[in-house]
Amino acid sequence: MDVNGEDGAVVGALGSGDIRTCARIISRVERGDPGIVSLLRALYRAGGCSRVVGVTGPPGAGKSSLVSQLIRVWRKRGLNVAVLAVDPSSPFSGGAVLGDRLRMAEHSCDDRVFIRSMASRGQLGGLTKAAGDALTVLDAMPWDMVVVETVGVGQNETDIIRHAEVVVLVQTPMGGDDIQAAKAGINEIGDIYVVNKGDHPEANRTCRQLRDMITLGQHLNPDSSWTPPVIKTQSLLGEGVEELADQIECRFENLRTNPEVASRRARERVRHRTAEIIRDMLDRRLRSEDGQLVETVIDSVVARESDPYALAESLLATMTSRV
Amino acid sequence: MLKGKGIKVIVSMIGLDGHTTGGEIVARVLRDAGFEVIYLGATQTPEMILQAAIQEDVDVIGISSHASNYLQIEYLVELLRKNGMADVPVICGGNIPKHVANQLKGRGVAEVFPPGSPSSDIVGYIVENARGARRRSA
Ligand SMILES: Nc1nc2c(ncn2[C@@H]2O[C@H](COP(=O)(O)OP(=O)(O)O)[C@@H](O)[C@H]2O)c(=O)[nH]1
Ligand SMILES: [Mg+2]
Repeated sequence: MDVNGEDGAVVGALGSGDIRTCARIISRVERGDPGIVSLLRALYRAGGCSRVVGVTGPPGAGKSSLVSQLIRVWRKRGLNVAVLAVDPSSPFSGGAVLGDRLRMAEHSCDDRVFIRSMASRGQLGGLTKAAGDALTVLDAMPWDMVVVETVGVGQNETDIIRHAEVVVLVQTPMGGDDIQAAKAGINEIGDIYVVNKGDHPEANRTCRQLRDMITLGQHLNPDSSWTPPVIKTQSLLGEGVEELADQIECRFENLRTNPEVASRRARERVRHRTAEIIRDMLDRRLRSEDGQLVETVIDSVVARESDPYALAESLLATMTSRV
Repeated sequence: MLKGKGIKVIVSMIGLDGHTTGGEIVARVLRDAGFEVIYLGATQTPEMILQAAIQEDVDVIGISSHASNYLQIEYLVELLRKNGMADVPVICGGNIPKHVANQLKGRGVAEVFPPGSPSSDIVGYIVENARGARRRSA
């Protein structure tokens, strides 16, 4: 692939860890700047050296506080860390209050730590595409660890976490009904389970229930080499966080020694990422202002002179013929 | 389309100012006007705010001030200038006396909103003066 001079310079700057360039490029990603594709292509090819960890769980579970403590442990171990913290946009105004950085304030002035907040913007496809692009940028920089934090509710957020190589699922001590709910959905995505707010009286019971649940589900797990551990933490005090960092390390090591599992997961990430990019391209086309043509066809679908199936086929045809 | 769309704003207290209520209200007002607010909270030093501004690539910095920490605000403006971030305007709100407001503006603070300023004034000001807004209309 030919990389033009301008893109080449940006790839070089990011490769040497230039934080301002990184911040500016992520802003272009957020704005959905179509002119950035050639750069992202080059960055993807240049990147892939960071370990990408996803941290997800319900709002208020203590994810950001936990990430802050993880950064502390990783920094002690000499690692550089970047964080992409995604918070939902208001469905009413499209605006957002992004409060994750507040919990990570102690690392603000450490030049080996980069923290970036991102609003989910609630566009179709747009959010997860932008988060994936931002991770592509970070992964082309000399960060040892890249963390993506998202709220573990809603399709968009679940999609983002699928960009991560290792996923930490943060829960809080809960009653029996909640455990049932947790069992239904999230079971498949966690490599490591955390029960945060370990100071809560229900914490040990929740840990036991999660362990039982994991043991029960293990025969369905296509990856028999890894039984997800359950770790009790207290993210305000940092309790359990060394162990969490160790387990994350263990999982990466486990994947390294199980190349079939690692490659299956890597291929799945590429499929997911590609589908996201296609969805974004289609979505831009369906909403594009220059697409006078699309508007007329949409009107004819509204009037039932055409149908969405025909529109979908013609849209795909025009997209693939247009080079 | 809402006014603040795509504009990123830091809302922060500075120094030993533990009065977070005003900042929290402003953060929510701005969110409801469509802005993306990076809320830094209390006990932020000028250096921390500078780093946040760089990493988050924000378009404006809002300081809510309810303590006499005006020197720190001036220092923040100076830090931004020294670090090539002079194009990110700093605006202030809270209970800043009029003569101090004038002094701050003389030292490079873009605007000071006195207590009781209508939120439409603040929103309107940011939309017109935020770095991103200027960048887009350029
Ligand atoms: N009691 C207790 N509170 C915690 C713990 N960890 C976080 N919190 C509090 O939970 C709230 C939400 O924390 P935050 O990290 O922002 O959660 P997030 O929304 O999942 O990112 C904050 O008020 C924290 O102080 C913990 O281990 N124990
Ligand atoms: Mg959070």
